Amino acid sequence: MTANSKIRVLVGKPGLDGHDRGAKTVASALRDHGMEVIYTGLHQTPDAIAEIAAQEDVDVVGLSILSGAHMALFPRVKAELDKRGMGHVLLTGGGIIPLEDMEALHRQGYARLFGPGTPTEDIAKWIRAEVEKRRGAEGEQS
Amino acid sequence: MAQAHNLAERLVRGDRSALARLITWAENADPRFAAEFVALWPRVGRAWRIGVTGPPGAGKSTLVNELARLERSRSKTVGIVAVDPTSPFTGGALLGDRIRMDDRTLDPGVYIRSMASRGSHGGLARASASACDVLDAFGFDSLVLETVGVGQAEYDVLDAADTVVVVLCPGAGDSIQAMKAGLLEVADVLVVNKSDLPGADRLLNDLNEAVHVRFLKRAWNVPVVAASAGTQAGVEQVLEAVEAHRAHVVAQGLESARRKKRVQQVHHMLAELLAEQLWGPRGWSARVERELELGRSPQELAATLLSEVMSCLKTPTEAQR
Repeated sequence: MTANSKIRVLVGKPGLDGHDRGAKTVASALRDHGMEVIYTGLHQTPDAIAEIAAQEDVDVVGLSILSGAHMALFPRVKAELDKRGMGHVLLTGGGIIPLEDMEALHRQGYARLFGPGTPTEDIAKWIRAEVEKRRGAEGEQS
Repeated sequence: MAQAHNLAERLVRGDRSALARLITWAENADPRFAAEFVALWPRVGRAWRIGVTGPPGAGKSTLVNELARLERSRSKTVGIVAVDPTSPFTGGALLGDRIRMDDRTLDPGVYIRSMASRGSHGGLARASASACDVLDAFGFDSLVLETVGVGQAEYDVLDAADTVVVVLCPGAGDSIQAMKAGLLEVADVLVVNKSDLPGADRLLNDLNEAVHVRFLKRAWNVPVVAASAGTQAGVEQVLEAVEAHRAHVVAQGLESARRKKRVQQVHHMLAELLAEQLWGPRGWSARVERELELGRSPQELAATLLSEVMSCLKTPTEAQR
């Protein structure tokens, strides 16, 4: 990593979910925290989200979901990312997700999921800290 | 995870994750990029590079998507680099061009990369041309380079593309706009997009006249094409115009045309790298602020700093002259 590297984030909307106010709010907030944010737009398949993440070489994939289908879709996004050698990305997300589902998804590789009412500041700070931690570890290896 | 070594080798074998990582290195001005790229340079030069520029909201991304669709229907592979602006205040960016290219995402013959302009002011990012070089080396047949939405004087695309397509749409000014110096002059192909909107005929006329009068002495007649990319109307004509321009450039001598553009590319790269060095590690920013505080004028300061730089450059041959 060099001094010039920016944090690149993909904000994705998987599945049949037409509510993107939250995704857009978070995307704008991350932009205002100096990150480069790629927004997928609505109705993406897990396949497409993983493919975009790979082409854009992002550091972070954040999914937004309010449809209740997170237990079906989130693991599939993770699997598609792994298939493309993108297992290293910081995986996160948010929306209407019950606590027990959050815990189950955490065990499957979602570093952290955020619920309604989370200040965007918290999300941005957490992402920055996590990415810097990972880049630091990567630097030590090489 | 993309291994940090042998990216060039993996790219040649068709590994798309190596392609993605090399573009990231180019963007970050990572010194490893130049080292890996040496092996790829001989593979660069096969793809035709189409630059697409124009004001915000003219329909550039939609046109790029349709051009890619058409190229794919002719069994050509397409690499796309789409640039959006970086905030001058936060350094962040929202990259939204690929939303309009949604249906190309899972096509294995298409690769789309979004780029933030990161402090460049010419409509592209500093690494845009390098990203195109990497896509070219990977083997894409056509490259499309989409600039940020431009005003009247962002010309970097001129040196990065073989054919420059300027996209305009009705309702953005009268015939005086078409007479001004600037954007129109960089066009090899002019597109009036959203040509189903009122005012399109007028704009077409104005542009045809402006092109006819002003470019009379040029060897290439800039075609003005009416299109409505959202309904796919006129997109074939745009691509035809690009192909015609390509034939023209090839007939005139492609290598020398490209070399001239490369000279400009080196010029820009060097200027930016030099500025970065001087204003960053050398601390000129703080120094100039101090001097201004002491009452010196910007003109005087610029002259002093220039003579400092120049005095470091005196090589023996220059001194002898």
